[in-house]
Amino acid sequence: MRYLRLLFIVALMAVPVLAGAQPTPSPDEFVPISQIPAEEQIPAINLVAAAYAFVWLALIGYVWSLGRRLQKSETDLARLERKGS
Amino acid sequence: MTTAVKGQLTVAALMFAAAPWVINAAPYEATMGLVYKIYFFHMPSAWMFMLGAIVAGVASARFLFTKNPASDATAVAAAELAVVFGLLALVTGPLWARKAWGVWWVWDARLTSSLMLFLIFVAYLLLRQFGGPGSEKLSAGLALFGMANVPFIYVSVNYWRTLHPKTSVVPTLPVEMGRPLWFCVTAFLLLFLALLSLRSTLEKQRARIDALYLQHDEA
Repeated sequence: MRYLRLLFIVALMAVPVLAGAQPTPSPDEFVPISQIPAEEQIPAINLVAAAYAFVWLALIGYVWSLGRRLQKSETDLARLERKGS
Repeated sequence: MTTAVKGQLTVAALMFAAAPWVINAAPYEATMGLVYKIYFFHMPSAWMFMLGAIVAGVASARFLFTKNPASDATAVAAAELAVVFGLLALVTGPLWARKAWGVWWVWDARLTSSLMLFLIFVAYLLLRQFGGPGSEKLSAGLALFGMANVPFIYVSVNYWRTLHPKTSVVPTLPVEMGRPLWFCVTAFLLLFLALLSLRSTLEKQRARIDALYLQHDEA
């Protein structure tokens, strides 16, 4: 939970930094993708793979975390109900 | 876990497993090529993000009027799902934009308002976590404010000048592209419903645990 809090704070602090960042000067006219330097081009397959991998990992992570939290609360609930009866 | 939730989770898992083949069968888009296939996960994520915000808002309104704890549990569950699916939409969008627009992010109406909605629900969860007693009413107000943003986000691409594709894209998709899209929307929706039910159950169990602790303290 402490790491999650830290992550939230870092993410929130990053927003104004990103908002204030100046974009690199853009060219005055349209430049076809084939004329953009190779180091500025990212192959589409890398972006597609990154997007799908992120969605899969995030959803699996969330389902796993929810399962763990449910298991813990069920254990706590059973313990308290035993104690009460 | 009820049989219905188990069924929803199983079908959603199977559909997610089959999604790469279904998406692979879709033809390439003429101008964007391969990168447009991010859309098949990006758009359902964005829809579930907005659906989460609407469910949280409606449940919060119900909670404010009826004080029903079940509505509050639904609101918390939907708010958490809005953050999860919002994160997916806000990460997959820039990955597509980098290729399609040449930049990761632009501060246009659709993107900025989506980020605002995401931050509203992050604030909702932080308020629930650290707000102490009474935070459920404050957060319910926040969820209503978040829900009010959803129609603006949806129509923003039609009323303001933005780089983001307009809402007319989905109805005009050819069948070969529409089929994988609706397949993914169904998978995301089933997953959303199953997770909403599980997360609401967790919230109800936590409320019961708190009540039992109070009972023990008083005894």
